[in-house]
Formats: sequence, structure tokens, C-alpha cells
Amino acid sequence: MQLTLEFGGGLELLCDSKKIHNVNVEFEQQNKEDKLTMKGLLSWVRTNLIKERPEMFMKGDTVRPGVLVLVNDCDWELSGQLSTTLEEKDVVVFISTLHGG
Amino acid sequence: MEGKRSLRMCCLCNERRASLKRPKTLQQICRECFYLAFEDEIHQLIVDNRLFTRGDRIAIGASGGKDSTVLAYVLSKLNRVHDYGLHLFLLSVDEGITGYRDDSLETVHRNQIEYGLPLKIVSYKDLYGWTMDEIVKLIGLKNNCTFCGVFRRQALDRGAAFLKADKVVTGHNADDIAETVLLNILRGDIARLSRCSSIITGEDGPIPRCKPFKYTYEKEIVMYAYFKKLDYFSTECIYSPNAYRGFAREFIKDLERIRPRAILDIIKSGENFRISTTTKMPEQGFCERCGYISSQKWCKACVLLDGLNRGLPKLGIGRSRVAIGFKEENKSHGTKSIESKQCGSLDF
Repeated sequence: MQLTLEFGGGLELLCDSKKIHNVNVEFEQQNKEDKLTMKGLLSWVRTNLIKERPEMFMKGDTVRPGVLVLVNDCDWELSGQLSTTLEEKDVVVFISTLHGG
Repeated sequence: MEGKRSLRMCCLCNERRASLKRPKTLQQICRECFYLAFEDEIHQLIVDNRLFTRGDRIAIGASGGKDSTVLAYVLSKLNRVHDYGLHLFLLSVDEGITGYRDDSLETVHRNQIEYGLPLKIVSYKDLYGWTMDEIVKLIGLKNNCTFCGVFRRQALDRGAAFLKADKVVTGHNADDIAETVLLNILRGDIARLSRCSSIITGEDGPIPRCKPFKYTYEKEIVMYAYFKKLDYFSTECIYSPNAYRGFAREFIKDLERIRPRAILDIIKSGENFRISTTTKMPEQGFCERCGYISSQKWCKACVLLDGLNRGLPKLGIGRSRVAIGFKEENKSHGTKSIESKQCGSLDF
């Protein structure tokens, strides 16, 4: 699945200081109807993109409190957070609020 | 709603798709309604608390980070829209930290051009003869935040005096203030606890400071900056381990996830805190050396600077002030050791 991932607010420093990543996410479908969820994407990002200090990005199976997530420019708190399903060409943005003022 | 994409409408206008959930009210609103609500709340706070008077010269403490960038943007917008009649300036402090402050000051320079606000930069090197790079080279990475915090506070006042400012505004947001209330409780610092949640501080000093974002959630500031594509700088200071404050911050963020109102409740607790009238508070006087407000014979910046210049940088750190002849009676109720205090940028 082709996705555009964007890291901001300092999170880009955890993945080679690159803000925008165009990625192709492979995931295992149990059924034909299965869709990639944010939960699946987060674990993919942690394994494939985060190069250092993963604890700055994640806590448990979700993002660290203080990291904002937007799916197609919409707050993920409106779409079910970890259970938000993703579709081809979606844009997911992660912004840390924890740096500086 | 599980797993479905949000197609729900904004609960305020019912015309556009909701874009975010407000932590303060849990309302689901669209961008346009969010901009309006965000700006209106700040406007209302300014009016209700009479933060400004027509003709005031206002120095905006600008670090290039998210809070001060949004503050500069919103204040210049409100000043225009509601005709406050304010003269706005950007005021930045250059601590002399290579690879951090030089980069963030570039952001401030871009903001100066974009918002058309005059910019004044005061540097530690000019004011004190030392950059933070030089100080760290001498004293290492322990206590360096003490120097930086004490110096910054004065530097902002000096810069504001240069600009002939009537007030300094800073971008401290609701999360910062909740965190500071908590820290001051943990440190048992009642003097700071009683003033850290005030919207205006230092009214008895040379230049009062105020915090128009006192009730504004960090999440909303970052969302506002993101939706409006504002240009800000976000890198942690290279010298700041910030451990103690970091724990408080993490705790606040964990609370927010469970119940976002918790942040406002902590601020409320700070506001309602009263100090018993029998408690001895440090008396405010003036530094004999530089004239800055101080509860001691010399202000903290002069003590620290004296130590640096005499090659005894530990002076003024912890409880070594006897060495420069402070009166003994000050020891009992004077300002406490600031040894354990990390980065002072949030110190009120």
C-alpha cells in the first residue's frame, strides 16, 4: 500500500532527519477484506523508519502522549485512533508537541 | 465509529467536515471554526484581564519555537482585526549555542519579515561577556541550565527596556503552566507556586510579563501552526538534559490522554493556592551591583557572573553564597538553592 508519511516537530530527527517518506507498506491479510489500520502502520514505522530513540515516538503499542497524528489532515482522535483504517495514497502526519517553545 | 473514517460534520457550523477534537471541550470541529474559536478565546482573555492598553509597546519573547511563533502570528492578527492599537516587537535572546540558537534565530528572522514586526536580539555575549558555549566549556553539562535560565530572564528584561516596552508577552501555554504548578509543588517552592499561574507577573518589577496562552492547550497551538503552515523551529537544546521537568511533562501528557480537562484543573488549583499570611516570604530589593530586582544583596546573575569571571563557576550554585559575604540572616528564608532546577526558560 502506497502511503505518504510526514514527521514533524522534531520527530524527523528519529528517522534520518527526513520529514517526508513515501513508503510502500506490505501487510499480511488474513481475509480479503482486512485493511491496514493505524495500529499496524505504527508497528511498521517503528520497525522500518525509526532509527533511534523509539521511546520518543511510541509508548506501548501507540504513539507517545504528546505526539499528534493526522490522517489526511484530520485528527486521528476523530477516526478511532489505533483502529483507523488506511487506504491507498493516504497521508499520515506525526507531529511531536514536546520540543521547545 | 470504530475504524471508520471521519465523515462527521463540524458540531459548530454543521457545514464542513470536522478536522480535530478540541481537548478543552471535546468538541469535534472544522478548521475554520477552530481558527475562530482559538483566536476568540485569546482575544477574550486579553479583554477580560485588560492585558494591554491602547498605545502599549509590546515585546513578544520569540524563540522561533511553536508557541512564540503562533503567539506572534495571533497577536499581530488580533491587533489588526480588533484594533488594539499596540506596537508589537519581536524580542529574542541569543544564548550563544552553536547549532541550536543560531538555527532558531533564522526562523525568527523569517517571522520578522513575514509578519512585518521589528526584531531585537540581545545576546549573552554582549550582556555578560560569555556565550553558553563558553560557559559549558568551563563548567560542563551540570548546572549549565541554571546559568542559562537566570541569564535569560534578565536578558529579556534588558531587551524589553531597550525597546522601551510596556510589557513582555511570552508563549507559555496551558500545558507549560500545569507542569510548572506541579514542579513547584514537588520542589516545595511556595513563592513560585503562588505566582506561576498568574496571567500577569512582575507588576512590581520594571516590566510586567503576561501569558496570553495561559489557557491554550499545546495540542491546539501545534494544530494551529500545522493547519496554517506557520514556520517554526523544533529542536531540543543541545545542552539541556531537562530530566526533572521532563518527568513532570510526561506525567501531564499521560493525564491529558486520560482526561484532557486535567490540565485546566491543575492550573485552577495553582490559581486557588493561597499562602498563609504568617509564612515568611523573601523580601524584594535591588541588586547592589547592577540594580536588577533581587531578594539578595546581589542578584543571581551577578553572583553567577562573578563566579565565572573569577574562575570559580560553582559560586552561586547550591549553597555556596557565604563565600561572597551574604548576610547570615538571609540564609534562613532567602531564595532556595536552584541547584536541582533544570532549564529555566519556563521559570516565571
